[in-house]
Amino acid sequence: MNTHPVRSAAMTAAVLIGCMLLGGCARLQPWVKPYEREKLADPIMQFSRDSLVEKHREHVRVVREGARGATGVQGGGCGCN
Amino acid sequence: MAATSPIELWRHSRRALGALLAPLAGLLAGHSARAVDLPEDRAEALVHVYQGGGVTASGPALLVRKNIADRVSLTGSYYLDAVSNASIDVVTTASPFRERRHEFGAGLDYAVRDSLITLGVSKSDEPDYKSDTASIDVSQETFGGMTTVALGFSRGADKVLKHGDPSFNDTVKRWQYRLGVTQILTPSWLASANFEAISEDGFLGSPYRAARVFGAAVPERNPRTRSSRALKLRVKGDLGARNAMHAEYRYFWDTWAVKAHTAEAGYSRYFGDLWLADAFVRYYSQKHALFYSDNAPAETLYVSRNRQLSTFDSLGLGAKLSYTWKRVPGQYELKANGAYELVRFNFKDFTDIRTGSPYSFQANVLQLYVSATF
Repeated sequence: MNTHPVRSAAMTAAVLIGCMLLGGCARLQPWVKPYEREKLADPIMQFSRDSLVEKHREHVRVVREGARGATGVQGGGCGCN
Repeated sequence: MAATSPIELWRHSRRALGALLAPLAGLLAGHSARAVDLPEDRAEALVHVYQGGGVTASGPALLVRKNIADRVSLTGSYYLDAVSNASIDVVTTASPFRERRHEFGAGLDYAVRDSLITLGVSKSDEPDYKSDTASIDVSQETFGGMTTVALGFSRGADKVLKHGDPSFNDTVKRWQYRLGVTQILTPSWLASANFEAISEDGFLGSPYRAARVFGAAVPERNPRTRSSRALKLRVKGDLGARNAMHAEYRYFWDTWAVKAHTAEAGYSRYFGDLWLADAFVRYYSQKHALFYSDNAPAETLYVSRNRQLSTFDSLGLGAKLSYTWKRVPGQYELKANGAYELVRFNFKDFTDIRTGSPYSFQANVLQLYVSATF
């Protein structure tokens, strides 16, 4: 056997932690009740408050940067030439 | 077999679709019978200005969203970009120009149990570029409303034309796949993860832009396919006393070897009952595409001097102020808003051939708008 002892121990630890986490799933309950979500409902906590404005900002960036996507903002195609 | 009438075809399709979706909807709905809320009715009227690097793009934009029944919300939007272009690409290789881009959008949101289904179409039109996009998004609340899972797909088809050359006519096809999870962490903190894969096939450059090979200008040559992936993580927290903050990070990579990091942090705060202020800082950096060259030392199959594909970073500082103009509880709310962002772009391997130095510029983004919920 040429398995490295450190790697083997790490693997065993990962499996044990995985089992513990999965075991927890069985009794996992929503821990923030609906009546505790008052702060989260405030406009200040919205990721995106005004869709048109977000879309414009996103368009400005997509036209100038190489990266795109995963912004949570829906945009159409654009003439970026 | 006799030809089926459109009505019968619709009935058959509806039945088949219902049979397919019913178990899925049941599975997704879980034990909860609570309906998800439709987005609230709202209208936004915006005037936007971008000015930087010799380009000015401005215009109005409008959006109206109206709930027409208990379960359906309709959206219509219009967006105009009036562009006056004297960018470095244009002034060094062609003549400055002006053009207008019109974009129309329509959407429908449908709420069923704990799911929100959104269908959208958009059409963008400018003299040398037309674009049509259709999309479907489904978001599902689960785990007692603490977790929202969203899936989306868009399909786009563009037509690329060239001013002054009627023989030039090409296309781009686009596929976008989205997956997002938003999680309530505590009564004050939210987190989300978004992933998006985009694939494009067609003419993915500009018919006007030139590349440089041995110091000579040649038309740029881009691959006809590009696939990208982006993963974004966000957290938002209520800090108490009507203060909130957010932080986000996005990693992007694609088959052209562009790799980009985006980091943003922001702070929001109410002043009294009527004012809400936001401030943010955003840093973006990317590594150039495999075939990007400021001045190629050899002839290669693909070559581009598109600075959007170069190595650069940018730093943006932004602020936004919202003022509640009129508020009639239970009826409507009217807000006046202003947002401004100053962005500094620093290019590492894109030379300003007028000066011989690395190119950099500053841009201003201004948004003035009125938003109403009713």
